[in-house]
Formats: sequence, structure tokens, C-alpha cells
Amino acid sequence: MRHRLAVFGVVTIVVLVLACAVGPSLLPFDDLHIDMRHRFQAPLAGPHLLGSDQLGRDMLARLLMAGRISLTVGFVAMSLSTVVGVLLGLVAGFYGGIIGTVLMRLVDAVLCFPSIFLLLTLAALISPGLATITIIIGLTAWMEMARVVEGQIRSLRERDFAVAVIAMGAPDRYLMLHELLPNALAPIVVAATLNVAQAMLLEAYVSYLGYGIQPPTPSWGNMLNNAQEYLTSAPWLALLPGALITLTVSALNFIGDGLRDALDPRMDLPT
Amino acid sequence: MIRFLLHRLAQSAVLLVIVSMVGFALLHLIPGGPLSQFALVPGMTQADLARVAHQMGLDRPLPVQYAEWLGRLLVGDWGRSYRDNQPVLSIIASHLGATLELMVTAIVIAVLLGTWIGVLGAVRRYSLADALATVGAMIALSIPTFWFGLVAIYVFSIWLHWLPAGNIATVGHETLSDYAVHLIMPALVLALVTVATWSRYMRAAMLDVINQDYIRTARAKGLSQRRVLVHHAMRNALLPMITLAGLQLPTLLSGALVTETVFTWPGMGRLFLDSLGYRDYPTVMGLLMFSAVLVLLGNILADLFYTVADPRVRLR
Repeated sequence: MRHRLAVFGVVTIVVLVLACAVGPSLLPFDDLHIDMRHRFQAPLAGPHLLGSDQLGRDMLARLLMAGRISLTVGFVAMSLSTVVGVLLGLVAGFYGGIIGTVLMRLVDAVLCFPSIFLLLTLAALISPGLATITIIIGLTAWMEMARVVEGQIRSLRERDFAVAVIAMGAPDRYLMLHELLPNALAPIVVAATLNVAQAMLLEAYVSYLGYGIQPPTPSWGNMLNNAQEYLTSAPWLALLPGALITLTVSALNFIGDGLRDALDPRMDLPT
Repeated sequence: MIRFLLHRLAQSAVLLVIVSMVGFALLHLIPGGPLSQFALVPGMTQADLARVAHQMGLDRPLPVQYAEWLGRLLVGDWGRSYRDNQPVLSIIASHLGATLELMVTAIVIAVLLGTWIGVLGAVRRYSLADALATVGAMIALSIPTFWFGLVAIYVFSIWLHWLPAGNIATVGHETLSDYAVHLIMPALVLALVTVATWSRYMRAAMLDVINQDYIRTARAKGLSQRRVLVHHAMRNALLPMITLAGLQLPTLLSGALVTETVFTWPGMGRLFLDSLGYRDYPTVMGLLMFSAVLVLLGNILADLFYTVADPRVRLR
């Protein structure tokens, strides 16, 4: 069951990434091309396959271009939070003691806050652009990773192989990066997959509220920003981007869950 | 017990101070700020701006401003809004009711529905219903809350005309049933994520409990399946869930902010967004502190309640 869902997830993500990568160049319409004669064209009812928006821009072209942005934000923010989370978790788990306590209490403190409050405050302060939004999201989503890695490293460093490496006189850095980290890779990969899903959701929230990616650059989140006004007359403007977000995030969650089942049978609880 | 409480309160106080410092620094370090509102007024000169800044106390060093803000806060003065000069505390108080109404309803829905789905999933493990609940929960966790709200509005308000699309009540027609009708959709939308999380953890907790010796004993005594499940298994499975309830608070607050925006709900989430847009620092700081206090208090209460519910747990 889970296995099949994970395969479905992988296929979905591959198709989406390919479509967003090559799709826009195959389409007859540019995502920024304004055509006031064909405003609010319903899907399958005219030249625009998936309809057009309030400025007559092609929805399909916009969805694909927005996909590029949203997927990029998701994956780059994940890489960023993975690096931060793994580094902090590694140091905290390896050294333990005061360093470990201070670092993990820091994680608790950040986790304590509704992430969207933090994110919005930061986004309101920094001029919102693709790079800044990605960085902000990456910096508000590393805590889970830090916890996972810390727990792994703390238990791994007591194992016989780690003790043997210490006895052979290897420096701390070698032990951490070449012996402990590779052994903790499975849960890191799982957490990273789920992290992409989380980052994409956060981008959608912030952009929907108007503090994220700024128009005319489309993202799945900011396409929904104005869509609520037209919910009565042009529901496809709201339905399509949200459906794509849900599809992508579900697919990523399925992959993460499947990976967890495959790599680490001990973990049973979903996040 | 008392020592534990004091310890946790002291810890929380330290956390709150750190949060307030970070929040204060973040808000005040950016260019623009509250003065940009006045910069557009015709005839405003640099000297006027400087005077306004001085009157608002914005020209002093940041640590001094922070110390003064904290000092006032400690004696119960949360400052006044830059927007309408109302005391921040009374602004928050006037928006608190709406948010609490929404959140409490969502929590009740989530706990009842989530517990039911979780128990069902554990009892009929690997059945079709269990599989559907598992997949459903994962999809529910993948749906952006605001989009789910939009879809709900489209289906139930625009299409079926069953429920109002937003607001807390019809103006001039505020009866109890009117409030209830307005509450249904936002509360369900907000509850979705929590139902999904809660049902997954409840299922796992039930599976942990259901193989224990005392369940076998209860069955051996000849108790009915229903009595074993409700009185013996569920009561024990609910214990770890108390902690989860505390941990879910931040997620719920984030969700409330988004849900309130979609449904034009006059609560603290909307207030936060509006104040942020207006660079109304005292109100934003007040809301940050308020939500932090709420979250920390929720966690402490969850821990306390846990010991009441489970005498085996000793607090240190």
C-alpha cells in the first residue's frame, strides 16, 4: 500500500518537474503575455487550455512557470534547512553537555512559536524576493532536522565502531563527518523529503498573504492571492493552483513516508 | 509539584525575554518603519519627521527603547497602538474572543473526530477504513489551509448556498444560531490539520495499549468489547495525547491566522496581519508576546494535567 503510494509520489514529482522545466517553451502563450480580449476565459472554452486570468494571461503557462518558482523555493529551502539542521544536530549530539543542552533548548524555543508569525514578521522586514523568501523559509524549518540528527548522533557515538575510531586516535571532525554522519543518512533523507513539502506549504501561505513572492513573478501561492475576489465568477483561478500545491505536497509526503518505511522500520509515527 | 511548576515558570520567563528581545530587534532594525506613514503627508519636512520620531521615542538607542518597553510591560502597560492610539491590551482583548471561539471549537471537533478515527483505525487495523484514514490524513496534511477554505466557500456558499462565506455574524442580526452558522465552516477548516495529526497519533497510541496485559485481563473477565475499548484501552491511550494537545497549539495558532484571513474573521490573526502592514510595532509586539505566553502556558498545563491523569508520572 505505502509502497504503491510512494511510487505514485515519485512519478508525480518527476512529471511535474519535467512539465515545469520544458513545458513553458512548448506552449503558444507566454506566462506574462496580457490579452485583454480573452480575460476570464473558462478552461477548455477557448484558445487557453486551462483558462485565463483577470488580465487574460494563460493559466497553464502561469501554472508551469509558478511551478518552477515554487519547486525551486521548496528544494533550495530544504537544502538550506538541512545544512543548518544537520550541522547543529551533529554538534549538539556529538558534544552533548552544555553545548548540546544550549543548542537543543534553542530548538525548543524556536519550535515554540507559530512558524507563520515568525515567517511573516521576517518577510515584512526584508524586501521580499525569490532569494530572501527562500532563505527565510529555510531558516524557519531546520528545527525538526536538528532534533532528528541530534538523537541519531547521540546514540551512534556510543556504538562500538565509534569507540573504536576514537581509540585509533581519529580527530573529532573525522569521526563526525566520515563515520557518524553516513550512518545517520537514512533519517536525514526522510526528514529532508518531508521538509521540501513543508517548505512549499510555507511558501504558499506567505505568498497567499501577500508577503512572499511578489507579482508579476508567479508562484502557486501568490496566484491564489487575488483569486478569492473572483471565486464566484472565475473559480478556476483559485482551484487550479491550490490543487497543484496539494498534489505536489501529497506526493512528497507519500515519498517521505515510503522512504521511512523502507529505510527505518523502527519509526512508526507520521509527522 | 510546586518546585516543578516554579522551575517551568522560570524557564518560560527566560524564553519570553529572549523572544521579546529578538522580536523587538527585528521590528525596529528595518528601514521604513512607522514614520514612513507620515513621510507621504504633504508639507512634511525633515524637521517635522524628526519631531514626530522624538515624540514617539523612536530616536533613542534601541536598548533604551527596549528597556522602557519591558519596564512598562512588567507593570501591565502594553503601550498604545500607533494606528489609533488605543491601549494594545484592550485591542488584543477585543479580538481575543473571536479567535478563542474559533480555536476552541476547532479543538473540540479535532479531538472528538480524531479520537474516533484513530480508535477505529487501531481496532480495524489494515482494513479498508484504516487505509483510507491513513491516506486521507496524509492528504489532509498536504492541503494548504487557506485553499481548503476557498474550496469550502466555493462549494458551500457559492454553489450550494448553505453557509455564509465569512464574518463572525450578520451585522444587525446577531442571534446565537447566526453565530453558529458562521462558525461551522471556519472551525471545520481549521480543525482539518489537527484531526489528521490527532487521528494518526491516537491510532499509534491505541495500538501500543491494545496488546497490554491488562487489556487481555479485561477481555478474560468477559467485559464487552465496547467497555474494554472505551474504559480500559482508550483511557490509557489518551494519556500521551495530552502532551500532543499542548504541542499542537503553535500549529493551531498559525492555522487560525490563515483561516481568519480567508473567512474575514475579526480575530487576532487578522489583527496581526493588519498591524504588521501598518508597522504598528506596539500591537505586533503585544501579539507576539501574547501568543508566546499562550503557547508556553499550554505546554505547562499539558504537563500538569498529565500528572493528574497518570499518577505514575512524577514531575521533576
